[in-house]
Amino acid sequence: MLDDPVLLARIQFAANISFHILFPAISMGLAWLLLYFRWRGLRSGQRVWDQAYAYWVKIFALTFAMGVVSGITMSFQFGTNWPGFMEKAGNVAGPLLGYEVLSAFFLEASFLGIMLFGRDRVSPRMHLTATLLVAVGTTLSAFWILSLNSWMQTPAGYRLENGVVMVESWRAVIFNPSFPYRLVHMLLASFLTCAFLVAGVSAWRLRSGVGGPGTIKVMRTGLLLAAVAAPLQVFTGDLHGLNTLEHQPAKVAAMEAVWETQRGVPFTLVAWPDEEARRNRLAVEIPYAASLILTHDAQGEVRGLNEFPGEHPPVAAVFWSFRVMLGIGTLMLLVSWWGAWQTRAGRAPAPALLLALSWMTFSGWVAVLAGWYVSEIGRQPWIVQGVLRVADVAADHPPATVATTLFGYVLLYLLLLAAYIGALRHLALKPAASLGEHSPDHYPNAMSGA
Amino acid sequence: MEYWLPVVYMMIMGFALLVYVILDGYDLGVGMLLPLAEADEKDMMVASIGPFWDANETWIVLGVGVLLIAFPLAHGIILSQLYIPVTLMLMGLILRGVAFDLRVKAGDHRKGLWNSAFFAGSVLASVCQGWMLGAWVTGLQGGTVGLLFSALIAVALPALYLLLGCGWLLMKTEGALLEKAIRWARFVVWPMAAGLLLVSIATPLVSSAIAERWFSLPNMLLLAPIPLATAICLVLVFYLLAHPRLLREGLGWALFAATVLICLLATLGLAYSVFPDVIIGRLDIWESAASVDSLLFTLVGIVITLPVILFYTVYVYRVFHGRATALSYD
Repeated sequence: MLDDPVLLARIQFAANISFHILFPAISMGLAWLLLYFRWRGLRSGQRVWDQAYAYWVKIFALTFAMGVVSGITMSFQFGTNWPGFMEKAGNVAGPLLGYEVLSAFFLEASFLGIMLFGRDRVSPRMHLTATLLVAVGTTLSAFWILSLNSWMQTPAGYRLENGVVMVESWRAVIFNPSFPYRLVHMLLASFLTCAFLVAGVSAWRLRSGVGGPGTIKVMRTGLLLAAVAAPLQVFTGDLHGLNTLEHQPAKVAAMEAVWETQRGVPFTLVAWPDEEARRNRLAVEIPYAASLILTHDAQGEVRGLNEFPGEHPPVAAVFWSFRVMLGIGTLMLLVSWWGAWQTRAGRAPAPALLLALSWMTFSGWVAVLAGWYVSEIGRQPWIVQGVLRVADVAADHPPATVATTLFGYVLLYLLLLAAYIGALRHLALKPAASLGEHSPDHYPNAMSGA
Repeated sequence: MEYWLPVVYMMIMGFALLVYVILDGYDLGVGMLLPLAEADEKDMMVASIGPFWDANETWIVLGVGVLLIAFPLAHGIILSQLYIPVTLMLMGLILRGVAFDLRVKAGDHRKGLWNSAFFAGSVLASVCQGWMLGAWVTGLQGGTVGLLFSALIAVALPALYLLLGCGWLLMKTEGALLEKAIRWARFVVWPMAAGLLLVSIATPLVSSAIAERWFSLPNMLLLAPIPLATAICLVLVFYLLAHPRLLREGLGWALFAATVLICLLATLGLAYSVFPDVIIGRLDIWESAASVDSLLFTLVGIVITLPVILFYTVYVYRVFHGRATALSYD
């Protein structure tokens, strides 16, 4: 493994992008939630919402910073790891990444300064606007980057000239077949991740006795958000699956570990897909369910992996990632409905609910990563489905160099992840008073004397 | 179109990287000065750059983004040849970016650790950027001369950042910290000036093509204002440092402005030296450009957003105008 430069480059890129996605997955949803807190605070004049804003904006700042620095890495790694990708597909990838950078720039980074430090320096309306612009900016960034990712899955609107991608229609490139589904799926995933983070951290606070009435309000906001987003996500996920079946049948075959093309395919709950023997071991199946889910017809035909010899992704990784995502999604649906019902009409949250929520604080991360692994490992061996292979665009660095830097990155990321979670715990377990939640000016001046 | 679009993009890229060097330069400089200050001064120094650093750092993404959008071929070659310094620089930027927040959010007992991480990340990023600039100016050739030149700029660029950082502190702080900033500036100005001089001498020696452009008539006369203006700025910096009373009385901005002008002039000089190559002596901007259609599509977005970015960058700096007093970055 350590002498295959392409595999190493893939692992390195995957490590970086996996680390990166953790933070936008939170900050995208959290930006809108902060806007909601700020708006409720301004409208109702209730201090609890301002306190909620003051508390969560700190976590937002930390999360955003982690996202910025790991995002910078991405813009360089396209060149260091996949020079051939930019050479061949640069005419599509360049502009879409460009718009991503511009919108990140345009709205996020600069207004963040006002959002974090400017409350005493600008009017409440301007501060609300700054929060809104940051939220729009994070979402717009996601729009462009997901458009590019979707184009790599379901390329459209282009022609090839001497092996180089030339754009024929920007509308077709941007709104390629899988893009609308992926965008909604990811936005909902971000809302769910953020909802469980907010509810989970609030549960930590309540369990350790540092939370107050405001903490319960915030927790319930998270629960309600999750209770609405979770069923929507199931619906969107289903549509996304149908779209994938149409455009990337090999990916779906791997997700369901279907080897032979057949009708009335059972849904495999658990199994060990054996790629050597090309069959599933120890499979537990529900008859007809896969055909029903995928084609909405119990006798529907699903194409098997054996129709794509040498051109289908590694089966076990995709199969299991998909099951992890489904499992957590189901759990999120159940817990959020239970919690929303249990805390109805001002009822105090039950200890069991608090325990469940604190265990599920980072469940969104696991589901998001599992979902992305389904999508990205499921695209292999292609970097642009049906157009460009990963192996043809990789850089030829010495394997030892890539292995060393990979080791460095992974070490750094593990350290930072530990520090991030440690900082969240530290902030969560501070009593409300020392966080400034009860002092009249919980936004001390960053600077004085304009 | 085929001629002008790549030229326009090269100008945008040069502009973004120049703005990056100036803006992230001062906050990297402040980061490198951190260990020299007392604990409460450290908080003040970080507070003075707190509202700005996110946006400052985004300029390098724009610069590299334009390289990627407009000159995909060069992006691949440059970044894969500079693989190791790029990787180290990224690790430095990551480390300092998160240390910003974690030094106040991870609890007091960890603050010293994150202060060190902030310092180390700033140094690593600055040195690597200098190294990369040096390697690029010598055409990514490697060899003894190339390595020496890279090593030279790996020292000179951080010195420039340090001077920018001192200039920033002169504008943003007062009292004992201001006095320290003056002392630090008096020290770092020497390696900065020496670096500038050595780079000016070495560049034409390293590349005969560059020498020819500068030292033939009438170019030499027409170009004279660039080195002349640089010299005037440098003299102004030295004059201000020799008369600290002026700096205490509020002329700190003049030192910062003179340093910024030096950056601008150096960029102009460099642009003149290398145009139209994107990898010197190997690849020009037309050979490596993306298709006209893709360039036009992105240009629409850039033309709309760049003025707005500049407008609100100025707005943000106005909102946070004035001297930093207390830390609230938590």
